[in-house]
Amino acid sequence: MSGPMKMRATLAAGYTDVRVLMTHPMTTAQSNQPLHFIQSVTVKQNGRTVVEAQISQAVSRNPVFTFRLKGGAKGDKIEVSWLDNKGESNKIEASVA
Amino acid sequence: MNTLRRTLIGAAAVLLLRPFAALAAAWNKDAFGAKTLADALKGIGATDAAASKDLLIEAPQIAENGAVVPVEISSNIPGTTSIAVVIEKNPFPLAAQFDFLDGALPYVKVNIKMGETSDVRAVATAGGRRYAAAKEIKVTIGGCGG
Repeated sequence: MSGPMKMRATLAAGYTDVRVLMTHPMTTAQSNQPLHFIQSVTVKQNGRTVVEAQISQAVSRNPVFTFRLKGGAKGDKIEVSWLDNKGESNKIEASVA
Repeated sequence: MNTLRRTLIGAAAVLLLRPFAALAAAWNKDAFGAKTLADALKGIGATDAAASKDLLIEAPQIAENGAVVPVEISSNIPGTTSIAVVIEKNPFPLAAQFDFLDGALPYVKVNIKMGETSDVRAVATAGGRRYAAAKEIKVTIGGCGG
């Protein structure tokens, strides 16, 4: 059901811009499908957790997030992972370009 | 002997499952399960939030498709550690809560689903206090069935 992720991390003026896409159905209690949605999202910068998010079924299908991290440098390792209500998870890692 | 072994196996299983349970427990079931704005705000401890002009919500005034409404929230309130997104008229108003640890700016852009025209509220936490801002987004086709 859930598929690959995509991420792009780039340096901007004074911050690192992190855009991440997750492939996930994000079905709601109002749809006729089983409730299936991502519940937590974690962003790490060089192994250190910088953003911890809890989300609900109200986030759109195939969620796209943009985060901004203070400072940063080329080559920083950014990792984004998610966990859903069925215990499925996925993560992606990229270097800041 | 057998009991001891079982106890040990049990203990090992508990230890193995713990990281998972810890993650699951972190999800604020009460707040996300709340069906009214008041209960959702109560769930995240934000009943006494003060209106702030330093909490910015960028979003379309009219969203043609309620299934994908881009919302950009940033806080200029010093020391902001968390931003929650609450959609007043959704069946479950609390959509997301973002905790920003040292190293992250209090900024997020996310696509949300809206069942109907509603106020979208941002609730920020800074220095133990709560701040709120709201913006109405008109929805022509609701997007909660997806």
